[in-house]
Amino acid sequence: MAIDTTEQKDQPESGVGLGLLKGLTVTMKTMLRPAITVQYPHVKPDLPARTRGVIALKQGNCTVCYKCSRECPDWCIYIDAHKETHDPAGGGRARSMKVLDRFAIDYALCMYCGICVEVCPFDALFWSPEFEYAEYEVDLLIHEKERLEEWTYTVLPPPALEEGAVPAEGGSATETSAQAAEGGSAAEGAAV
Amino acid sequence: MIDVLAQAGVSFIEQLTTSFWLALMLKTVLVLGFFLVVPLGVGYMEHKVLAHMQSRMGPMEAGGFHGWAQLIADGVKFIQKENVVPAAADRVVFTLAPGVAMVPYIAILVVLPFSDTLFALNLDVGIFFVMAMSSVSVIGVLMAGWSSANKFSLIGALRAAAQLIAYELPLVLSAAGVVMLAGATSMVGIAEAQESLWYVVPLFPLFVIFMVSSLAELSRTPFDMPVADSEIIFGAYTEYGGLKFAFFLLAEYGGIVALSGVAAVLFLGGYQGLPGIPLPDPLWMAGKIGILSFMTIWLRATFPRLREDQLQRFAWLTLIPISLVWILGAAFFKVAF
Repeated sequence: MAIDTTEQKDQPESGVGLGLLKGLTVTMKTMLRPAITVQYPHVKPDLPARTRGVIALKQGNCTVCYKCSRECPDWCIYIDAHKETHDPAGGGRARSMKVLDRFAIDYALCMYCGICVEVCPFDALFWSPEFEYAEYEVDLLIHEKERLEEWTYTVLPPPALEEGAVPAEGGSATETSAQAAEGGSAAEGAAV
Repeated sequence: MIDVLAQAGVSFIEQLTTSFWLALMLKTVLVLGFFLVVPLGVGYMEHKVLAHMQSRMGPMEAGGFHGWAQLIADGVKFIQKENVVPAAADRVVFTLAPGVAMVPYIAILVVLPFSDTLFALNLDVGIFFVMAMSSVSVIGVLMAGWSSANKFSLIGALRAAAQLIAYELPLVLSAAGVVMLAGATSMVGIAEAQESLWYVVPLFPLFVIFMVSSLAELSRTPFDMPVADSEIIFGAYTEYGGLKFAFFLLAEYGGIVALSGVAAVLFLGGYQGLPGIPLPDPLWMAGKIGILSFMTIWLRATFPRLREDQLQRFAWLTLIPISLVWILGAAFFKVAF
């Protein structure tokens, strides 16, 4: 306050109380501008393209390498699988394939770090901006592979690279899936 | 002038009925109804104005349209809460404190005129009564702080008492300046005396001092050191919850309405309108109370709070000398011209 002048000798002051009036004009101006609040849940928020809402699984791409389960810092990915053998198309030995029995992500433990999505070599995991999956019971927060497959329908096409960005090497998923998005097909990423 | 004052001194309720008890009942209902509705309106205005000044929206859900029923919902919430009294507290004093803090502001509303006939009571000593009542609520704060058996409550109550006593003087001195110019102590008389010129013009510094002192009386920002939650949890009111707490809040907002009303009568001509604008008198008074309440809320949104010693220094070394000098000037003016 400009009343106690002994404390303000070293401060240049244009007049008593002018600072107070200036403060009042600032609050008045702020009041007259419309508030920027987004009234969720009446209005859905405008989320950025790479928003991490929920992780989706494309089972067709998954080869059950267990990388995501091992790299997850929280150990929230539960994978059970078994091997099946199939007759070869032409001669040769029988081909063995891994088949998923259970792939579950426990969203009560998940910390949304994205390490599983980054580390998957076959692009079977995707980020989706959906965030409205809160439950009243904590065991319902474990999403099994059927539900994880459903989330893939909400995955967005990858956003375009910025100006001057160097594209990733070797025909990456970003490039091919960007082409796929431009082609107008469903946005589920592309198999390498 | 005396005839006008005598005529203007009759309440509209007296004109409705001659039965003393019926008139008393009507006046009670009217004043209580006003006290229970208008401070809620001011409280809602505070929610919304503070919110928009902070770039947010305030209540939007309660009641549908921009949360108009928020304070009613708050009232219901407070009523249904458990009545907790600390074990070491002085029960009787603890229970009575909210009443002692709240009732004086209801009493001030009794003498507040909304037109020359629209009031409950036109006391001859109107302004004296108002000043006395505003001093009584200090005791309520002290009772609350002492009976809470809590060190922080006691410190908060002592700060509040020191602050309220210090600012009582500028409040009374600025009112005294008005009384001197008006030549009357009844509220209706003071309002009538401003027919030609509102006292805010010759007594502008006293108006500023009155508004600042009434902020300090109510422990409103920037003088809310006794109740600041970052300082002292909630000062004297820390241990209160439920209906008692709601009464303290009602006392605060009721005090804003009451003291804004008194300031409007003393300085802004009360129910006297500006020439040329045809609006009914009560609307003028309501408008002035609304604008002064808005200014109170505007100051809360804008200013940081004063330290206790800055607060005291401001009252004793600035407000009181200025008000004394201005009263001398007003006395000189009144006698010379």
